[in-house]
Amino acid sequence: MHKSFTQTWKGAVLAALGLTLLGGASAQAQQINGAGATFPAPLYLKWFQEYKNATGVQVNYQAIGSGGGIKNITAHAVDFGASDAPMNAAEMAAAPGILHIPTVAGAVVVAYNIPGVGPGIHLTPTIIADIFLGKVTKWNDPQITRLSPGTKFPSTSIFPVHRSDGSGTTNIYTTYLSEVSSEWGGSDGPKSGKSVRWPNGLGGKGNAGVAQLIKQNEGGIGYIELSYAVTNVISYAAIRNAKGKFIYPSVDNTSDAAEGVTLPADFRKVITNTSAVNGYPITGFTFLLVYKNGTRPEVKKLLEWCLTTGQAGAAAQQYAPLPPSVKRRALAAVASMR
Amino acid sequence: MSTTLSSPPNLLAKSTGNVAGRKLKNIVMLTLCIVAAGLAILVLGLVLFFLLSKGFSSLHIRLFTQLPDNIDTSKGGMAQSIFGTLVLLGVSSSIGLPFGILGGIYQIEARGRFASLVRFFTDVLNGIPSIVIGIFAYAAVVVPLAAKAALEHKPTAGFSAYAGGFALGILMIPTVMRTTEEILRLVPFSLREASLGLGATRWRTMWSVVLPAARGGIITGVMLALARIAGETAPLLFTIFGNQLFATHKVAGVSVPTLTAPIDALPLRIYNYSQDVDPNHNAQAWAGAVVLITLILVLSIAARFATRGNMQEEK
Amino acid sequence: MADRAPSVPLITAASPTAPSPAQSVSKSTPKPSSIPPASSLARFGDKIYGAVIFLASLSIFGIILWLFWQLTGASLPSIRHFGLSFVTGSEWDEVSSSYHVLPYIFGTLFSSAIALLLAVPVSIGAAIFLSELAPRWIRTPATFLIELLAAIPSVVYGLWGIFILIPFMKQFIVTPIVGSRLPHLPIIGELFKGQSAGYSMLAAGMILAIMVTPFITAVTRDILRAIPRSQREGSYALGATKWETISQVVIPYAKSGIIGAVILGLGRALGETMAVTMLIGNQPPNTPNGISLSVFQPGYTLASALANKFSEASPGLSTSALVEVGLVLFGVTIVVNGAARLLVFYTAKDVQGGK
Repeated sequence: MHKSFTQTWKGAVLAALGLTLLGGASAQAQQINGAGATFPAPLYLKWFQEYKNATGVQVNYQAIGSGGGIKNITAHAVDFGASDAPMNAAEMAAAPGILHIPTVAGAVVVAYNIPGVGPGIHLTPTIIADIFLGKVTKWNDPQITRLSPGTKFPSTSIFPVHRSDGSGTTNIYTTYLSEVSSEWGGSDGPKSGKSVRWPNGLGGKGNAGVAQLIKQNEGGIGYIELSYAVTNVISYAAIRNAKGKFIYPSVDNTSDAAEGVTLPADFRKVITNTSAVNGYPITGFTFLLVYKNGTRPEVKKLLEWCLTTGQAGAAAQQYAPLPPSVKRRALAAVASMR
Repeated sequence: MSTTLSSPPNLLAKSTGNVAGRKLKNIVMLTLCIVAAGLAILVLGLVLFFLLSKGFSSLHIRLFTQLPDNIDTSKGGMAQSIFGTLVLLGVSSSIGLPFGILGGIYQIEARGRFASLVRFFTDVLNGIPSIVIGIFAYAAVVVPLAAKAALEHKPTAGFSAYAGGFALGILMIPTVMRTTEEILRLVPFSLREASLGLGATRWRTMWSVVLPAARGGIITGVMLALARIAGETAPLLFTIFGNQLFATHKVAGVSVPTLTAPIDALPLRIYNYSQDVDPNHNAQAWAGAVVLITLILVLSIAARFATRGNMQEEK
Repeated sequence: MADRAPSVPLITAASPTAPSPAQSVSKSTPKPSSIPPASSLARFGDKIYGAVIFLASLSIFGIILWLFWQLTGASLPSIRHFGLSFVTGSEWDEVSSSYHVLPYIFGTLFSSAIALLLAVPVSIGAAIFLSELAPRWIRTPATFLIELLAAIPSVVYGLWGIFILIPFMKQFIVTPIVGSRLPHLPIIGELFKGQSAGYSMLAAGMILAIMVTPFITAVTRDILRAIPRSQREGSYALGATKWETISQVVIPYAKSGIIGAVILGLGRALGETMAVTMLIGNQPPNTPNGISLSVFQPGYTLASALANKFSEASPGLSTSALVEVGLVLFGVTIVVNGAARLLVFYTAKDVQGGK
């Protein structure tokens, strides 16, 4: 018994040590690790799977929200970050040499779950702001019903849903609300950012979590990327844009909004409330964040693929491919990476 | 804090004549106690029932053999998560076992106030919420590794099985220490006396006599500790990052786990899939939960068998 | 030697409870000096052995100190900036870099209070059943089953909560109550105000109740079993019914231990993260100071705030504030668990002393 006991212990120690040592030695991970936005995640995950099938390079993308993407690339814990919210001045200062590479543009839709009501109700910017401020509380409020005359609204309570994590989608949405509602953007209002002080409602994790909460709760209303609404058959609204037209979001009018904007040299701009006649007002580019110097060559190749081959598949996933001028500039930015 | 009764309960004063009333109260209250126990077991039944009914329908061999499929979410599995959980159990054992078992041995060998102090602080460690341990692991392992990699212009580092294993290993220590100590105390003192009487040193006694006698019990403690940390999610949130793929590399042609790279784990994947709008992911979350519970139950039940077998030898 | 195989129950190992009274009567180890070592080389071996196991034990202190040092160091900027207002203020706003956690503290306490309110009667009743009422053949399987509740991971409880408990709650608890007169009653009505999407304090409290029940039950049962038979027999001899014996002899004897068990359950509830995060709504209720007495309102706890916000906290004041949340949580759980251990420990000593 003595012998077998010693052997058991020896075996266990060796196994543990072996696992530790073997695993640690020469651990040159061929994987590319990326973190960030859930906004483009359905597209990115498909892209990276195709990329793996085409080139064999493994890309591990974790959709933890734009805030997480920014944090992790700043800390050099990942090879690239992803964010729909351009980094602000403080964040740029903490990550010297970071580049924003736009990949696609997307629409943030106002999705809802109203019993007996189908897709495409009409909403104005001020109504949306009032709903999320908690000033309009029932779906059959006259301010809502008069916008969609042919629709019968029930007396269900409105359940606003927002993001509980730091989100670029929130940033796009709240930037828009700040622009169109003086109360929202005012000194007492929630204002804009990746994470704001919501007056009410529930918080969901990621675009997917918000979509889930909307679907599960009658009367729910929330903001999600177009792709999530279409894939999961959630109704969404037509929003009145700056030119007065009610626009029902689609890839085409997202492109209209994206094309009508001049992006600065470093691409850092949120393109909401477009002045394009047929443009959808709540849109944004989404970016991949990489360091200009020191990023692995495999990442550079991946970016090139996304900006060229990948663009073809964007529309099918409800994302607008980059306008030609933006694409040119983005490829130039990638080419400048060392 | 005297718990001895200062005066006997004044039963006689309480409506002695109302025997029927007292009997009724007796039956009512005892029935309530039975109901309470039944309620606890009923809730367990409800949890397991729905877990099994929702999980079984999505339980499929591809859960174990395939990676997630992002193009068609009705296919694919979570092979990398299951593998990652096993890797984590291994790495955390390499921290939890040495400190836990040696610490438990110390409790046996030492006397004095320091030993009781250690025991008290072990309980403190046990009570710390696992998410705080997760933040600690992030600050102590992930951040320095990432900073070091940045300074050396190496590929990124930080999130890793090491970080996750560090956090889980710390969680294991109190459990392993407590059970090791309890088991070692049960080893008959005569065994130790005999060994020491024959002239063996203390460490020899422990190594060759006491530990072998307690082997089954120690294994029990280890497996119970593993069962507990297998289900922990909070410490993993900030340490392992998650992965759609296996994190392995080849050493001499054999694929071995990469401990310095991000990995995935079952509890983390269940957490992410549960809050997804995609019903396929929800179904996989249930299936993953069934796998996780099965793993935990297997560890717990095997733990009991280890004890039973061992103690029967000792006659 | 073993008249009964040491059944190491799931609970005792999964979360070591207080030293079980039966086993704290330990055999002491021999004094080192009374046994001559075999040789000077072996003596040296013993010294190394002593050093190794001593260092292993020291590591416990090391880890806790290191943890405390990391937490305080990282939260200093936030402590200096906000001071006491961190725990008394209500606004958590990233945009204006203003961080205060009163709603989170309230959420932690409120959800734990609901949990204890639901769990304590059930746990103590179950413990009484297991130690006093159950016939031998029921005792082991019933104990095993109740302890199995502790083996289920938190995230699985959360999953079950999202898809089973919350729809059930919405249909059978929230809707009937909200439509009834209850919310309109004075005082009591405050508990039930407002519409609810199910994700609420009540949901979190219920799942917490399920999770702490096995711990309170296990510790209470151990304490009850440690009470000497003579006490009970004396009571029966005086003509008491079984319930009178339990309620007027056994339980008062074990009172402080039971309180300790409950506080232990509280300690667990305070630190519980995953299930709560998944069920509580992650939004402070819509009141001026972020506090609402309605169990149907969503909320936030210290732990769920950490779980949601830490992954993306930008370096600087934001991260520092979150680490301070962790520090607050750390401090609170240490104090509560420490108090619980002391209570249970002293009860165990008293119980044995009172033979």
